[in-house]
Amino acid sequence: MKQHLEIKTRYFLPVKTMIVVAGVLAVIVVTTSGFKDKYSFTNTDAIYDDINKDSIESVEAFMQVYKVLMSPRCMNCHPAGDHPLQGDDSRIHTMNVRRGKLGTGVYALKCSNCHQPTNVPGLHTPPGNPKWHLPPADMKMVFQGKTPHQLALQIMDYKQNGHKNKKQLLEHARDTLVKAGWNMGEGYTPPPLSYDAFLTAWDTWINKGAYAPKP
Amino acid sequence: MISLDVNQKTYQVDADPNTPLLWIIRDVIGLTGTKYGCGVAQCGACVVHMNGEAVRSCVTRVSRAVGKKVVTIEGLSKNNNHPLQLAWQEIDVPQCGYCHSGQLMSAAVLLRENNNPTDKDIDDAMAGNICRCGTYLRIRKAIHLAAEMQRKGIKNG
Repeated sequence: MKQHLEIKTRYFLPVKTMIVVAGVLAVIVVTTSGFKDKYSFTNTDAIYDDINKDSIESVEAFMQVYKVLMSPRCMNCHPAGDHPLQGDDSRIHTMNVRRGKLGTGVYALKCSNCHQPTNVPGLHTPPGNPKWHLPPADMKMVFQGKTPHQLALQIMDYKQNGHKNKKQLLEHARDTLVKAGWNMGEGYTPPPLSYDAFLTAWDTWINKGAYAPKP
Repeated sequence: MISLDVNQKTYQVDADPNTPLLWIIRDVIGLTGTKYGCGVAQCGACVVHMNGEAVRSCVTRVSRAVGKKVVTIEGLSKNNNHPLQLAWQEIDVPQCGYCHSGQLMSAAVLLRENNNPTDKDIDDAMAGNICRCGTYLRIRKAIHLAAEMQRKGIKNG
């Protein structure tokens, strides 16, 4: 009889432990899911790797990123409409330049007709980059008018971000066209963070879990 | 020396690679149909074609034109018989005429990409070419006429 009881005890202990562990995991899942919305990232991404996640640090970093993305140097080429914007007041680009299907302008008004591979000397002359363009018409990647919550979700959404995975998003911040925002020539106010500070914030936001600020 | 292909002719040019293409075309090669207007890509008087695109030669460094085909107003057609040139004469578009080589070069890109442009298409293509005489309505009319000529197959030099 005594022997029978010992066997019974050994059998039930792991079950109780598993129930407790499962309960703790459920609490963790419910708690963390409150910080982020649904992303449609590719399955191969390690974006949800738990090792480095920190929702508070990630959101704080995004709020720094957001200030840069909403500055005229970035937002002017991510307009809500089909015309690029211009100047620190983000007015419609002179000549009513249009986005076009590919984001490179239309007819005689294609971006690279005026925007050269490098800046043109002089005050408020066309800034330069070999890849000057807007997002294409089928994926406009609008910044203008977006809240931090909306913009974070959009950037992390593979279906809305130019089909970029985590690695490509990290690389995108190092693209020469992004970097051009900090060196557009005479008369252009740079974004509110230095380029290096922006890169640090961008990487932190993504590497700490790419959390979206609450709506 | 810089080698340039302008209007299907090769030129050897001794110039600083940063020189605006406009000055090479006008002052070195001697093709003065292309005009200087603002010098900062805002008016369109200096438009030439580079590999078929309507670039503003006042801000385009000559080094960018190396290995590309440049066409100026002098090379738009062999006998001044591009449909746009014929339409421009028919409608008698220019007043002072200073901006019109740029107007024609921009309009030529429009007609190449769209042989039946609407008024809106014309506005979208031509809004970067300024005419201080205000010939815009005649420009629009002439582009419609040229498009019609082009569709009917009237000779394009």
